[in-house]
Amino acid sequence: MTGILRRVGMTIGLPVLLLAAWWFASANSTDFFFPPLSQILESLVDEWFGPRLAADVLPSVLRLAAGYALAAVVAVSLGVLIGTSRTVRGVLEPVLEFFRAIPPPVLVPIFILLLGIGDGMKVVVIAFGCMWPILLNTVEGVRAVDSVLSDTARTYGITGAARLRKLVLPAASPQIFAGLRQGLSVAIILMVISELFAASNGLGFAVVQAQRSFAIAETWAGMLMLGLLGFLLALLFRVVENRQLRWYHGLRRAQRSS
Amino acid sequence: MLDVRGIKKVYESKDRTVEAVRDLTFTLQAGELACLVGPSGCGKTTLLKIMSGLLDPTAGEVLLEGKRVDGPPPGMAVVFQEYGRSLFPWMTVRENVELPLKQKKLATARRTELVDESLAAVGLAEAHAAYPWQLSGGMQQRVAIARAVAYEPHVLLMDEPFAAVDAQTRADLEDLIRDLWHRFQVTTLFVTHDIDEAVYLGQRVLILSNSPTVIRDDLPIDLPDERDQLTTRSSPRFAELRARVYEQIHRAKPAAEPVGAGATAVPPSADHGTAEFGA
Repeated sequence: MTGILRRVGMTIGLPVLLLAAWWFASANSTDFFFPPLSQILESLVDEWFGPRLAADVLPSVLRLAAGYALAAVVAVSLGVLIGTSRTVRGVLEPVLEFFRAIPPPVLVPIFILLLGIGDGMKVVVIAFGCMWPILLNTVEGVRAVDSVLSDTARTYGITGAARLRKLVLPAASPQIFAGLRQGLSVAIILMVISELFAASNGLGFAVVQAQRSFAIAETWAGMLMLGLLGFLLALLFRVVENRQLRWYHGLRRAQRSS
Repeated sequence: MLDVRGIKKVYESKDRTVEAVRDLTFTLQAGELACLVGPSGCGKTTLLKIMSGLLDPTAGEVLLEGKRVDGPPPGMAVVFQEYGRSLFPWMTVRENVELPLKQKKLATARRTELVDESLAAVGLAEAHAAYPWQLSGGMQQRVAIARAVAYEPHVLLMDEPFAAVDAQTRADLEDLIRDLWHRFQVTTLFVTHDIDEAVYLGQRVLILSNSPTVIRDDLPIDLPDERDQLTTRSSPRFAELRARVYEQIHRAKPAAEPVGAGATAVPPSADHGTAEFGA
């Protein structure tokens, strides 16, 4: 019991401390650009958890989900292909290195030319930017499939689609998840960036809008909202990962203790 | 049943050519339990990979029931030395044993029956829901053996399966192999570097020379069929056979090589493979 209390205390201790410091430091602030935290929180609840939740947060999250899912599917499929075939790797690698070197935000103007300013453009920007860590990690994971395990599968006639499902993907899954985790943070950044240029709703759009109309408390609250969203998504990711990779964590523990 | 004819394997790389296996010919009769013993580095694993269709020979051919092997044949199961790397760590024990049966498209009822029977036969009926990494090394190898047995192979190949387990577990597993062989009558080729193990297990011991490898001797083991670790191993006949194999293996060393040049005069039992698991 005391153990649990201690852990809870350690986890939320610092956030509580920081919030308290901010609260008291800003309590009597008259500076227009640094409103008291109470005002910011009020705006967070009234605006961001109010009408803006459906009007701005939801569209952002949906675009994020679409872009991230698109990136995951494309990157994992391509990664399996590149990791399995030496020829495909040889042909694609230089091209991929080039594309990977382009900072995704500069692609926004190009994609606007090609795809317009709608949701499609934003989804593509997110997908294009966050697929690289997923792709590279998948390639590495697929290439590192254990040779004995691979021989075992062959002797038992596990080839083709069964090999992919039962051997390659599970064996590469620890690295695929590492890539997905990196990809998630990139995706959140690009979600905001894609909304700064040409948008009519979304988190990034709303924060800029608030700042331009001198709704300072709301601007600050938007930042909090983004932090909260990222935190929640990371938490959700960890839950899924722990479930999928339970075998891997168990295996690692067993190897360490032997 | 299993014909190995004139197998030769040469590894070629840019600056050197290594002749791992020179010329190997032997035949396994149906239902036989034969052991293949040879000094370390004599190409045992190369031979086994060729026999199981994982590697193409430079010359010669392997015939399983009259059919040429050019890829892993359906009627063959292989147990590898590295048990920790041959079980799927993301599957439970049961799923591991069942996977090849699913691949064979057996009906669910039949699969359940085979899995239960083979796990019980290796003494792991209780452990079916565990993951391999929750088990000890010896138990993991038992799972790999159960998987091979459940597959109902016509030929079972084992590549130094006990090289990485401790002595007591090893003795238990040796008896398990004899027991399973009696029960399921599977043609079995057991590859080992351990002379005692080869003599204790086999009806017949094939002795390999040093690399480039040829068959040095083909020795029938005329010990009684009922064997146990204590009386069999202390019988005079066991000692004689053991001495004969030992002598052959020692003669297998190339005489021309000067003493002290690396691979000379190392007792074969000192070779312990590579136990990469858990490193």
